[in-house]
Amino acid sequence: MIAKQTNQKAWFMVLPVFLVVAFSAVIPLMTVVNYSFQDTFGSNQFFWVGMTWFRDLIHSERFHDAFLRQIMFSSIILAIEIPLGIAIALTMPKKGWGVPVCLISMALPLLIPWNVVGTIWQIFGRVDIGLLGHTLASLGFDYNYTQDPVAAWLTIIIMDVWHWTSLVVLLAYAGLCSIPDAYYQAAKIDGASRLAVFRYIQLPKMQRVLLIAILLRFMDSFMIYTEPFVITGGGPGNSTTFMSIDLVKMAIGQFDLGPAAAMSLIYFLVILLLSYVFYTVMSNIGEESSNGGA
Amino acid sequence: MANITLKDIAHSYTGASNNPDDYALKKLNLTWRDGGAYALLGPSGCGKTTLLNIISGLLTPTKGQVLFNNDDVTRLPTERRNIAQIFQFPVIYDTMTVFENLAFPLKNRGRSKTEIEPRVIELAKMLGLEKDLFTKAQHLTADAKQKISLGRGLIRQSVNAILFDEPLTVIDPQLKWELRSQLKYLHKQFGFTMIYVTHDQTEALTFADEVIVMFEGEIVQVGTPEALFERPEHTFVGYFIGSPGMNIVPCRLQGRSMLIEDHEITLDQTYKEQPDSAKIEVGIRPEYLRLAPAEEKGLPVKIIKVDDIGRHKIARVAVNDHTFHVVMPEISGMTGDTASLVFDTAHTNIYVNDHLITGEQS
Amino acid sequence: MRWKWLVPAIYIFFLLLPIYWLVNMSLKTNDEILSIFSLWPRDLTLANYKVIFTDASWYSGYINSMIYVSINVVISVTFALPAAYAFSRYSFVGDKHLFFWLLTNRMAPPAVFALPFFQLYSSIGLFDTHIAVAIAHCLFNLPLAVWILEGFMSGIPKEIDETAFVDGYSWPRFFVKIFIPNIASGIGVTAFFCFMFSWVELLLARTLTAVHAKPISAIMTRTVSASGLDWGVLAAAGVLTILPGALVIWFVRNHIAKGFALGRV
Repeated sequence: MIAKQTNQKAWFMVLPVFLVVAFSAVIPLMTVVNYSFQDTFGSNQFFWVGMTWFRDLIHSERFHDAFLRQIMFSSIILAIEIPLGIAIALTMPKKGWGVPVCLISMALPLLIPWNVVGTIWQIFGRVDIGLLGHTLASLGFDYNYTQDPVAAWLTIIIMDVWHWTSLVVLLAYAGLCSIPDAYYQAAKIDGASRLAVFRYIQLPKMQRVLLIAILLRFMDSFMIYTEPFVITGGGPGNSTTFMSIDLVKMAIGQFDLGPAAAMSLIYFLVILLLSYVFYTVMSNIGEESSNGGA
Repeated sequence: MANITLKDIAHSYTGASNNPDDYALKKLNLTWRDGGAYALLGPSGCGKTTLLNIISGLLTPTKGQVLFNNDDVTRLPTERRNIAQIFQFPVIYDTMTVFENLAFPLKNRGRSKTEIEPRVIELAKMLGLEKDLFTKAQHLTADAKQKISLGRGLIRQSVNAILFDEPLTVIDPQLKWELRSQLKYLHKQFGFTMIYVTHDQTEALTFADEVIVMFEGEIVQVGTPEALFERPEHTFVGYFIGSPGMNIVPCRLQGRSMLIEDHEITLDQTYKEQPDSAKIEVGIRPEYLRLAPAEEKGLPVKIIKVDDIGRHKIARVAVNDHTFHVVMPEISGMTGDTASLVFDTAHTNIYVNDHLITGEQS
Repeated sequence: MRWKWLVPAIYIFFLLLPIYWLVNMSLKTNDEILSIFSLWPRDLTLANYKVIFTDASWYSGYINSMIYVSINVVISVTFALPAAYAFSRYSFVGDKHLFFWLLTNRMAPPAVFALPFFQLYSSIGLFDTHIAVAIAHCLFNLPLAVWILEGFMSGIPKEIDETAFVDGYSWPRFFVKIFIPNIASGIGVTAFFCFMFSWVELLLARTLTAVHAKPISAIMTRTVSASGLDWGVLAAAGVLTILPGALVIWFVRNHIAKGFALGRV
């Protein structure tokens, strides 16, 4: 492998991407930063308030609650979807007519607009007209996601599992398909157990794609907005008001631009920071398992 | 340790069928003696790997039985057959060290640490891996990785057989030689049955006591390297082994003589008369042909080309459309491009429908 | 292991059940939906679909969505191609930082950008146009496209480039004639992902449009709050938003497994 050639003209190739993304990212971000240090009374009168909004926000219970709910939601989502996705990928057929059937039906939820996903589950869970709600009700469960926080959480989690586990499955499956047959044959010759095959062959070979899966699922679950908004609108009470929902409520509902901007910045930084931590920790595990001693 | 017998084995990847073309392996019978060093030789796609996988149990044959001594193991899974197998491309466990890789087959079988450790260290020394014992296997070069694969195959002491599936493909020619002699040495020392699959005749002939030649899913000859060279039982063996391969040319039989394009050549045996429909050919190694000046008695031929390859010269000569290769230390005394081709009758073989026939000495 | 197939089978059943329910509802009359609970339509009707196909305020939503998604896919792929080539072949000042900065935009919550986007596009007169939504979606699709393409391009040996230059190809001719055919499947995968994320996004698309470029998914939410009870039409509209995705999957079905590894396995 020859090292990459140094060529400053390469910047010209990157320039279009840089300009478009900068236009969509930098200008709005500067607007947000600008608002976060100011207060406004009515139209276009702004006052410098320094760190006030940030200080208020960090001490506000509303923010703490939304943040905790968000962390809890993302943790539950990752804890369910990653192992479930791996398990399904492991049991999927490797050849024959089952492969396209699995791939096509599993990819389907990924291409449904997010608010339609919300609508599907909103309908599906309704006691009067939804299959799930109706069935649960006729089995004697007191299930109502518009009144009961637990039911609301369950509905949203099951919906997210329904919506996104396939992404993990498809990534893990792609990783598994890249393992040559000889590895499984050698494992049989070596007398390895099913567990050892998973631990020493499949898991190491899936490591890269799993890193992608975990990062994507973490980021997207942390940014979730549309689906719970459609189903519960953040309720009952504030029980499913995740960070994005809270932010939009604050910015567009109450038009509190300053606090909303401050929250936007903190929110963005938290995602960056956590993604970075995830990435470093996971690549370290990978490195360690390939560098450590006996 | 056991004799391995293949009884009426046949295999088709598309399931049982009556069409012989569906079979990657056509019906074959063979016994591998305990402690033998065998080579399985044949071109790519002739069924060598299929046969190997049937012995190790990675494949269950469509028809027939596999016997270890007298026990039928046809349906026994790989892990219970006590067979080691090494594949064409290195298979290593990336996350383990070299030591853990080598110890893995023993660990899976519940051997104690005190038993594993000295064995691993001893084997690592033999393979020249002792320096790297505690580095992660994934950081090593391709040939070190293949040595690890070999090591995992050799680590168990009581295996029924070790199967090698073209294990030296990824290794440098220099190292290839070294590893092959190491394998021979290990064979002598431990007395494992070794079956070595290859499409490289030099590899097969230097490694094995007995070579099995396969062609299109069938075993065409089993024999020592000398037998394969001197008396190929099938025309395929004739031109697959040797460089250049055996000359195979159509002929007709007439009592103690054969006719090549109406030129008569006297043989040292009398062959039975063959039906008209039979395909009759004469086979002779280039080493047993001699070019003489055109005046001498022999088959009149036209010299097409002479290549000097150092130790000897290779001439390409023709009688009408049929060409022969001739290997001679020196070609001289020829005038023009015609010559006489002289056959060494003791090494002239006759093939009917590709199979060797023997005649009566008289 | 004989029952292994049960796991994917149950999972697929779980995936298809809610979709089936939506289809089921879209084929019923409102009366039937609200009066009897049935697993299949007793009184099969296409009336709900007819409503959508005859009302411009409904079907224009589909056209709008299609337009901005297509624009976004074209922009994302054409702009990302040279950039990804630069990242995979050359090193230049700030390359790593730039790459990382691009990726951080994939982590930007759309909720953060909704309001500033509204103000930005209003101030330059692009509010309620298709191009506004297409460019806004570039925020997360362009970095993704660069990243995916870079993975595929790094898998192509450098010798291909060098041989072409030795043979006297100019860079643009080499890129179009030789390099692009080599990463055709990568481009397909990239287009698929850009389509996917642009098609499913609602928050930005809704914020940046009012009438002329309003996406179908936003029209749906409005109808829910306005009429509230027209479940049949709502379900039919939902089914119609699933179809384009299903169609795209059908076309790429042979590349899905590989494509999801993004050239990085």
